Amino acid sequence: MPKDNGIGASPKRREDVRFLTGRGQYTDDIKLKNQCQAMFVRSQVANGVIKSIDTSVAAGMPGVLAIFTGEDFTEVGGNPAGWLINSRDGEPMKEPKRPVLAHGKVRHVGDAYAAVIAETHEQALDAAEAIDADIDELPAVIDMADALANTDNLVHDEIETNQCFDWGWIEDNRAATDEAIKNAPHVTTLELVNNRLVPNAMETRASTGDYNPGTGDYTLYTTSQNPHLTRLLISAFVMGIPENKLTIIAPDVGGGFGSKIYHYGEEALVLAASKKLGRPVAWTATRSEAFLTDAHGRDHKTTIELATDKEGNFLAIRTSTLANVGAYLSNFSTVTPTFLHGTVISGNYTVPHIYVNLKAVFTNTAPVDAYRGAGRPEATYSVERVIDKCARELGMSPLEIRRKNFIKKEQFPFATAAGLEYDSGDYHALVDKLEEIADFKGFAARKAESASRGLLRGLGVNTYVEACGLAPSNLAGVLGARVGLFEAATVRVNATGNISVMTGSHSHGQGHETVFPQLVADMLGMSADDIDIVHGDTSKIPFGMGTYGSRSMSVGGSAIVKATEKIIDKASKIAAHMMEAGEGDIEFNDGVFSVTGTDKSVSFPEVAFKAYVPHDYPHDKLEPGLEETAFYDPANFTYPSGAYACEVEVDPETGKVTVCSMAAADDVGNVINPMIVEGQIQGGLGQGIGQALVENCVYNDDGQLLTGSYMDYTMPRADDLPFFTTDQTTLTPCTHNPLGAKGCGEAGAIGSPPTVINAVVDALSDLGVTHIDMPASPARVWAAIQAAS
Amino acid sequence: MHNFDFEKPSTVADAVAALASEDAQALAGGQTLIPTLKQRLAAPSKLVSLTGIADLQGISHSDGVLTIGAATTHVEVAAGGYGSLSVLAGNIGDPAVRNRGTIGGSLANNDPSADYPAAVLATGATINTNARSIKADDFFDGIFTTALEEGEIITSVAFPIPEASCYEKFEQPASRFALVGVCVAKMAGGVRVAVTGASEEGVHRWREAETALNANFSADAIADLSVSADGLISDLHGTPKYRANLVKVLTARAVANC
Ligand SMILES: Cc1cc2nc3c(=O)[nH]c(=O)nc-3n(C[C@H](O)[C@H](O)[C@H](O)COP(=O)(O)OP(=O)(O)OC[C@H]3O[C@@H](n4cnc5c(N)ncnc54)[C@H](O)[C@@H]3O)c2cc1C
Repeated sequence: MPKDNGIGASPKRREDVRFLTGRGQYTDDIKLKNQCQAMFVRSQVANGVIKSIDTSVAAGMPGVLAIFTGEDFTEVGGNPAGWLINSRDGEPMKEPKRPVLAHGKVRHVGDAYAAVIAETHEQALDAAEAIDADIDELPAVIDMADALANTDNLVHDEIETNQCFDWGWIEDNRAATDEAIKNAPHVTTLELVNNRLVPNAMETRASTGDYNPGTGDYTLYTTSQNPHLTRLLISAFVMGIPENKLTIIAPDVGGGFGSKIYHYGEEALVLAASKKLGRPVAWTATRSEAFLTDAHGRDHKTTIELATDKEGNFLAIRTSTLANVGAYLSNFSTVTPTFLHGTVISGNYTVPHIYVNLKAVFTNTAPVDAYRGAGRPEATYSVERVIDKCARELGMSPLEIRRKNFIKKEQFPFATAAGLEYDSGDYHALVDKLEEIADFKGFAARKAESASRGLLRGLGVNTYVEACGLAPSNLAGVLGARVGLFEAATVRVNATGNISVMTGSHSHGQGHETVFPQLVADMLGMSADDIDIVHGDTSKIPFGMGTYGSRSMSVGGSAIVKATEKIIDKASKIAAHMMEAGEGDIEFNDGVFSVTGTDKSVSFPEVAFKAYVPHDYPHDKLEPGLEETAFYDPANFTYPSGAYACEVEVDPETGKVTVCSMAAADDVGNVINPMIVEGQIQGGLGQGIGQALVENCVYNDDGQLLTGSYMDYTMPRADDLPFFTTDQTTLTPCTHNPLGAKGCGEAGAIGSPPTVINAVVDALSDLGVTHIDMPASPARVWAAIQAAS
Repeated sequence: MHNFDFEKPSTVADAVAALASEDAQALAGGQTLIPTLKQRLAAPSKLVSLTGIADLQGISHSDGVLTIGAATTHVEVAAGGYGSLSVLAGNIGDPAVRNRGTIGGSLANNDPSADYPAAVLATGATINTNARSIKADDFFDGIFTTALEEGEIITSVAFPIPEASCYEKFEQPASRFALVGVCVAKMAGGVRVAVTGASEEGVHRWREAETALNANFSADAIADLSVSADGLISDLHGTPKYRANLVKVLTARAVANC
């Protein structure tokens, strides 16, 4: 096996050659012949009744080809939620229709109620400005508690409530949990906010619809993390275009963080417009539109209680959460705050009793859905913050209380009270590793040195475990999923021995084109350079559930392994035929088939050639060709875990927090490409620090987005981040997938927000501060210091 | 962006003439104006570029006065080694902004969070235009408003060189404009303290601090002063109280670092 590009090697990312030389091909780079432009007319108010829309002036303006309003889509379906969640009383969730264009009512600032198609972008914009809508503004439903209390003011009149569902997990555990908390010697309670975030992928959303009147085929070029899922949603739910008549092509995708999982109305509109005009119709979101209409992330308000005995042994955890789902249910919006959140409330710990209550609330804001980590950061933050508070109350060190309650290595597989079975992990070893890389011993001296400069230094630690590698379809089905969550791959060996791998895991920046060939190269004993990945085009790949939930390696990679195993199987048969040996006598090592106990051998390329030039084939026993497809459905989630430490300095005069260091010991299972894993971890840490310190999406009471541009929405920048100290060597392989890989895409973003806040609170603890909400902005930290002193 | 005519004159006189037509507007670095046009918040009929006028370029130094042409970019000032003024210019925006944005554009725009106005007011600089010279104390007229008449062009800014000066900027986390910025300058005629970012009235002097610092130029001198939160800006990034605190903290730091 060529060690430089097999499993465990870190070849440079081959996709970067085109990205760094400007040769990437993003949706907006695709200019089809005769293409025209779509422009959306969006609501300026958060909640309002559409009285009338006068398009007559706009229709007569130069270059205008067509105008659509909600009226034009009353016959087509709504964009559905992917999971059906039932309330505690057994009632199914409320699922109001999400139309292509708003009809009757607008429900958030940015909600599109009309679209103009014109020859040029500027003409479309001019005409869009000339559309005169009479919209009766209603009071906006913004605050979640108000939304539940005040049913006079509704986001969706037809459901007569602003509550989507009231979910209990696990309802049968409720009484025992209440009892355990009632009788516990010590209960720590914490109210906290998991701040709302805007995903901010570097590439904004874009879609081009292309209907071919000659064949009746539709093609949609779009910014998607999962083209097949988009096809399924458009075909089966929204527009009824048969799947065989609809091709979705997501070319290079410039980031997503979840926001490009979902199907959006703009995609349906450009398809419908192209059908009507017989011309390609293109649209690219401005950054302002991205702020207003990409599905946002997080936005939970939680009360968490941790019950312990006097020695700090965990007895029970109870949480009560309001989760914002925005104005419409986006595709993963109902599973994210429920099963991706409630099931990991046990963290890395043995907690005998757990009960999670979560109410999902409609508000006049953009839809909220999965964003890097999706539910698990919210859970981790709540749990790791309350443990920190508890440790302080009990006078224990934050590491001591955690070590005391960790699930022990020998307890795996471990079934938690929150309904999951963790397959493997070694949390004590992770914390030991963290102690080694974070230099806890030197902290006191560093704190004193900071103090000499008038700065307060704090040390925060925490651990995390998450459930990813979405997902076992049978379990997902029981929990309400309306789709399966397997992955598909085809390995096509060409006659000349090189390989194309069709994968349903579509990259939006992760490096699939580099890392997937490493798997196949390793298994077939060939060079990764002779293997290419095909992805992002429903006409070229068998099927795919896409890239999210840290599933590409553990599920997508496993499908590739399965397909490659089938290739080896078939190639062995061909080799047996070529060497006139029994199939059972064939061995395959390092790209060479040999007959056991003889010196006969044939190479993999020779076998590939024979597969396509089957002159002397026993056609009754062997089919020509060498191409295999496998679908892989995981047996369980995977459970990456980690232990993080962070040191901050707080300037008490200004409230400014500086992150001085961040150490991360992660167990992501077996690592295929260490460089790419490192990049994923670092990116996640950056995003987590961003959430903890700077990012915040804010609507005012009228539902206007106050953070609608980079003038007010703070992205973490390089100088906000320290150099990271990372380690992925403390690993316990996943026990149920062929690679032993667990996933690394979301880990950093899940684990790090509580680390930062624990450090900030530690820095301020001498002043009496016990909690501070994210983001710990200078103004907020300063106010907390003032309030405490 | 709406359509507009474009002129690039090479003399101030031609620029003044070009600006005489209705709805014409001067364009310098475009770092404020172009985004405004792109969002269709302004629709001038004509843009008159000032970047081709040699008289508006360059920096000269004589008789204790530093004169900066209005179309001089931030990056040129940053690279010039002019003490705290260069530091100030070097912390405006990002490299792209500094390579295009100009001192004249910044002053004409008078954004309440801009940096240059603090230095101009703290040093008591003079703003020269095609028609007259305006004292800093008379130039800034509340946020986004100045003493400039319609069509009047800033040609240069003359800074008397201070004995000592320091600009302390506390960045608004998202935009990295000044959440509050304080410029302290020890001038021949006494200490001047100018504050940007804080007030709903825009850049202003903190006279109590000036008095205290004239008596005793040390950070301690202002320890007993308090800054009223009345009339200070309230937004996502800071309450009036927080800004009042920053005014005092930054003034003390500026004095200490002078
Ligand atoms: C991303 C970003 C970050 C920024 N960060 C900062 C920051 O940290 N601190 C800060 O202070 N500023 C910041 N700015 C603003 C920047 O300094 C601008 O350059 C400045 O505000 C305007 O200068 P300009 O030359 O680009 O002017 P333009 O945008 O060309 O013009 C601005 C206005 O001034 C008028 N004008 C221009 N020149 C003259 C003249 N000579 N006489 C009369 N009127 C004139 C124009 O007609 C227009 O009305 C930032 C801008 C951006 C885009």
